[in-house]
Amino acid sequence: MSARPAPPLPLRNRKSTMAQQPETRISATTPRLDVAHLAKTYGSGEKSHTVIEDLTFTVDAGEVVCIVGPSGVGKTTLLKCLAGLHPASSGRAAIDGRTISGPPPEMALVFQDYNRSLMPWLTVRKNLVLPLRHLKLPAAELKERCDSALAAVGLSHADNQYPWQLSGGMQQRVAIARALAYRPEILIMDEPFASVDAQTRFDLEDLCLKIRKDFNMTILVVTHDIDEAVYLADRVVVLGSRPARVLKVVDVDLPAPRDQITTRSLPDFARQRTEVLSLIKRPA
Amino acid sequence: MRNVAIRNWVIGTGTPVLLLAAWWFLSANSTDPFFPPLETILIRFQELWLFDHFQSDVLLSLGNLFLGFAIAAVVGVAVGFATALVPPVRWMIDPLIHFLRGIPPVALVPIFISLIGFGTQMRVTSIALAALFPTMIATVDGIRSVSNDLMDVARVYRLSRKERVFNVLLPAAMPQIFSGLQVSLQVAFIVMIASEMLGSSQGIGAMTLLAQQSFMTADMWAGILLLGVIGFLVNILFSLLKRKVLSWYIGSRRMARAA
Repeated sequence: MSARPAPPLPLRNRKSTMAQQPETRISATTPRLDVAHLAKTYGSGEKSHTVIEDLTFTVDAGEVVCIVGPSGVGKTTLLKCLAGLHPASSGRAAIDGRTISGPPPEMALVFQDYNRSLMPWLTVRKNLVLPLRHLKLPAAELKERCDSALAAVGLSHADNQYPWQLSGGMQQRVAIARALAYRPEILIMDEPFASVDAQTRFDLEDLCLKIRKDFNMTILVVTHDIDEAVYLADRVVVLGSRPARVLKVVDVDLPAPRDQITTRSLPDFARQRTEVLSLIKRPA
Repeated sequence: MRNVAIRNWVIGTGTPVLLLAAWWFLSANSTDPFFPPLETILIRFQELWLFDHFQSDVLLSLGNLFLGFAIAAVVGVAVGFATALVPPVRWMIDPLIHFLRGIPPVALVPIFISLIGFGTQMRVTSIALAALFPTMIATVDGIRSVSNDLMDVARVYRLSRKERVFNVLLPAAMPQIFSGLQVSLQVAFIVMIASEMLGSSQGIGAMTLLAQQSFMTADMWAGILLLGVIGFLVNILFSLLKRKVLSWYIGSRRMARAA
């Protein structure tokens, strides 16, 4: 959570947020997302409040990485830095080697609070279309993108409904569909399944893995649910709190494809969740 | 559910009909010069307003009202946006808003009445000026209360400045803008009548006041009746517009209450 309220409405145009478009494909050794010594301090002098102190981790192309940590650790602040919404105080976050200084064009963000991230005056389909308008796509492609995104989250039937007519889980799926229609290369999700019921949560977790497979996306998920992190991730970044720092990056070596029942009953699953849990439980 | 709706409708329409009937019968044989029989009032109403002065006075008044209100609505929303979004404008207008916020809009009416000249232009200007502030203040409040989450969404998806204004801020602030417009409409109506009563020989207000001053009580009552009818119809029109524009808001509120 940000310590100070954001300024009312910054309306700066963010057209040139990236220095340059990449001309060559990234090599296998360049991480897709590179966070190096990132720090975020709000305020200055006596009243300054350090939320994040020296975070370093990487996310490779096509990876699912989960960030776990106790609540209030500054996970949302971290995501806002990665999404270019807040500037980092020191250190840097980079995509394909380019420092993030504003919302990157290849990134989409699914917010924690679906309730306040969908436009209530737009139907589901129009919510999907809004971020695509400035891309000036041909009508057919626009329709195709929305259709396939809605189909991916199983909401093809709801495209003419308003978000508030849908259940919480369905609204979160709309938010995910909006991100999918945007066709990002990197998808960042902030506790995306925190406020939905258990069954929907399993469905959305599997949807997340399906997206990675179908669209070859790089996905970064913030969660406070350790089981979820181990189930989803190729690697889990465990954060310690106040100020946030990386305790350990745990490689999850569970076989693919993952399945809610078989994967979660593997001895390795129990071992790895215990490893992550003991990192978080351990007094700092 | 249906029965309740029907019952409410019967109560809603029955009460005014009953009151009118009571007025009709109680005043039927009235000889009091100040309270003429309703029948006489209605006859005068028909003679005066439906044919004679419809074009010269009724249409004139309504024209002023709508023109003034339309100017107030457009300028109020535009200035409200500029105030909320452009810092130098905010520094200029914010103190004024804080000052005006404490004053009920109707209390500003005397100022504008004293400014009213004799021409139609001046009357429309006064209506527009008086009605401007409620909309402007509501617009500023509406924009400021748009959630940061929504603006973050707009930034992450790289919406252009124009899209942020017209496709995010404007619709998000619309419920509050409409409550401002509702107050503006009332103020515009009051200033319209007052402007005619004070500085004009034409219009419904002028005719009504003239009737009162010449002891033509039935004519006076007929004028007041007409103003009531116009106010009622204008409000219905406004509610219909609101229901159309804010259907998403009304629906989501109903949904939130049901949950």
